Amino acid sequence: MRLFLVGISHRHAPVEVRERVVLDAKQSTALARELAEGGGECVCLSTCNRTELYIVGDDAEGRALEALRSLGGEEVAALSYRLADQAAALHLFRVAAGLDSLVPGEGEILGQVRAAYEAGAPGSLLNRLFHDALHAGKKARAQTTIAESPASVSSAGAALAQQVFGDLSGRRVLIVGAGKVGELVARGLAARGAEFVAVANRTDERGRELASRIGATAVPIERLADELVSADVAVACTSAPGFLIGPDDVRERKGRPLFLIDLAVPRDIDPAVNEIDGCYLYDIDDLEAVVEATLSGRRREAERAEAIVAGEAERFRAWQASLEVVPTIASLRARAEAIRSAELSKAKLSDRERAAVESITSQIVNKLLHLPTVRMKEAAAASDAVLYADAVRHLFGLEDER
Amino acid sequence: MAELLFWPALLAYGEAAFAYFREARAPGRPGRLATWGVRIGWLAQTALLIAQASRANGFPWSTWAGSLNLFVWLVVTTYLIWGCRARYRLLGLVVTPLVAALFVVARLGGGTQLGTRSHYSSVFLVLHVGLVLTAFAGFTLAAALAAVYLFQERRLKRHDAGILRLPAPALETLDGLGGRTIAISLPALTLGMIVGIVRLEEKGGGLDALMAVTLATWLAYGSYLALRYAYGWQGRRTAYLALAAFALVIVVRLALPATHFA
Repeated sequence: MRLFLVGISHRHAPVEVRERVVLDAKQSTALARELAEGGGECVCLSTCNRTELYIVGDDAEGRALEALRSLGGEEVAALSYRLADQAAALHLFRVAAGLDSLVPGEGEILGQVRAAYEAGAPGSLLNRLFHDALHAGKKARAQTTIAESPASVSSAGAALAQQVFGDLSGRRVLIVGAGKVGELVARGLAARGAEFVAVANRTDERGRELASRIGATAVPIERLADELVSADVAVACTSAPGFLIGPDDVRERKGRPLFLIDLAVPRDIDPAVNEIDGCYLYDIDDLEAVVEATLSGRRREAERAEAIVAGEAERFRAWQASLEVVPTIASLRARAEAIRSAELSKAKLSDRERAAVESITSQIVNKLLHLPTVRMKEAAAASDAVLYADAVRHLFGLEDER
Repeated sequence: MAELLFWPALLAYGEAAFAYFREARAPGRPGRLATWGVRIGWLAQTALLIAQASRANGFPWSTWAGSLNLFVWLVVTTYLIWGCRARYRLLGLVVTPLVAALFVVARLGGGTQLGTRSHYSSVFLVLHVGLVLTAFAGFTLAAALAAVYLFQERRLKRHDAGILRLPAPALETLDGLGGRTIAISLPALTLGMIVGIVRLEEKGGGLDALMAVTLATWLAYGSYLALRYAYGWQGRRTAYLALAAFALVIVVRLALPATHFA
């Protein structure tokens, strides 16, 4: 049984090519079942960054490539990559660990691999492959910090706010401006438990629109300083030409910290606010520097994750290699059992004696075959499977049972 | 033979300090090794203290160096309550080198020996030493929390791009935990001082330099709590105050032992 992977990903193909072969859950299931017809196995993994067909069978690679070609045309086939056996397994393990993602260690891919597996048509080999891949993905994330750091400006803003407040539950967020970017960052804070209190915008209508969407109160920009008094976090992103918040606007805090995120260019918040005790101001450059630093940390962690994934892939290789000697072991045991039964049938014994001899001879056969069985599996793991299997078949006359 | 337990304990604390240093540069496995170092060191030191208690004639940590040995154990015990969590590893970077250094000082002063004879046999004195040392252990932890607070606060203020690489407790958590640690430790110091004063009344004797500085320490931490809970001080100001008060603890523990233990 050979394992093949035929796929297309962000590494080799631009989005206009990838989008031709994107499959939803139903299409993935249908294609997997179609390709697995006749006793084969197939799982289709399709995300925004990749469409990959994992398929088992001696002539399966051609069918998988043809399926991709029929979905996306000749260009897809030309940009596709094809891997077999260990290379294919290692690739899936790396994908599950997020090592083949744009942002190393991103968490979404693990769920996508699981969903693809559940929607596919796996057999014994793909069951084991995907089970091991999911295990490798979890292990890489658990034993390294590859997935712990924020990978975007919005998540960096939320993570920094947590550095000040810890739990963000019940923390009050003031949004200055009704733009998309500010809303995205504020939603990142809300996802960690913070609550919106007010949206201050120069245009009342847009402010009210955003406020009603997120369940906050719209306030005129003139009341900004009043709203800051009760806020814990302020997110500013307007197109105002000058500062909207200065040191004089931050008052009556009684030692309570205030975390300010300024995403606007030109900036909305006077940098002097950062000098006030308990105030922490981050502008877009500061946040991007944090993201860059954490991404470089992720890349360093990725090296450790690669070693973990390689170890798991090696375990899978050993298991897959052991499959090569399984038919020989089964033949050997069948031959031994046949000889044992035949010889036993010739003996004239009472029922009680027959039961005793049956037990003893079975034990002898099992003990005799135990060591050769173990050695053959070990040889399979060390890539000597064919040599050993052929030798055993020759020595015990198993050729006819191949 | 039991005296030799000093070495595995010191080795483990030293390993923890080194691993915490490595953790600050490359978070991950060094942090776990450091945690185990602290745990193993604590177990070895606990065994050493048990051996000392079983062989001593009277209170085994009545000398200045002996009390330092007990003090180190109390600091590590307090640290172990929550310090081994991944987010608090930065705290270990402050605590473990201090603990290892004080442990060596205790050894050099003969505080890790077995079979010591003591004139501290009354329950009053045992209570006095135990309570004061427990309070000082709490103040040490509070000072470490304040140091980590100021370190993290400075990194946030200066927009250190690598701030999220090393997990650390939030500023509010550090601030609150430091306040609570002092709020628990100060009553222990108060009780310890009361017990000491009662004994002083019974046996006679005057105020020495160490008692005077201990009183100043009590006043400093009392002011800390008053300013924090009555006047709403928090953050950087309370962190500086906790460190200033801890300077008095250092004087009491290290600079003036001869005036009291002789």
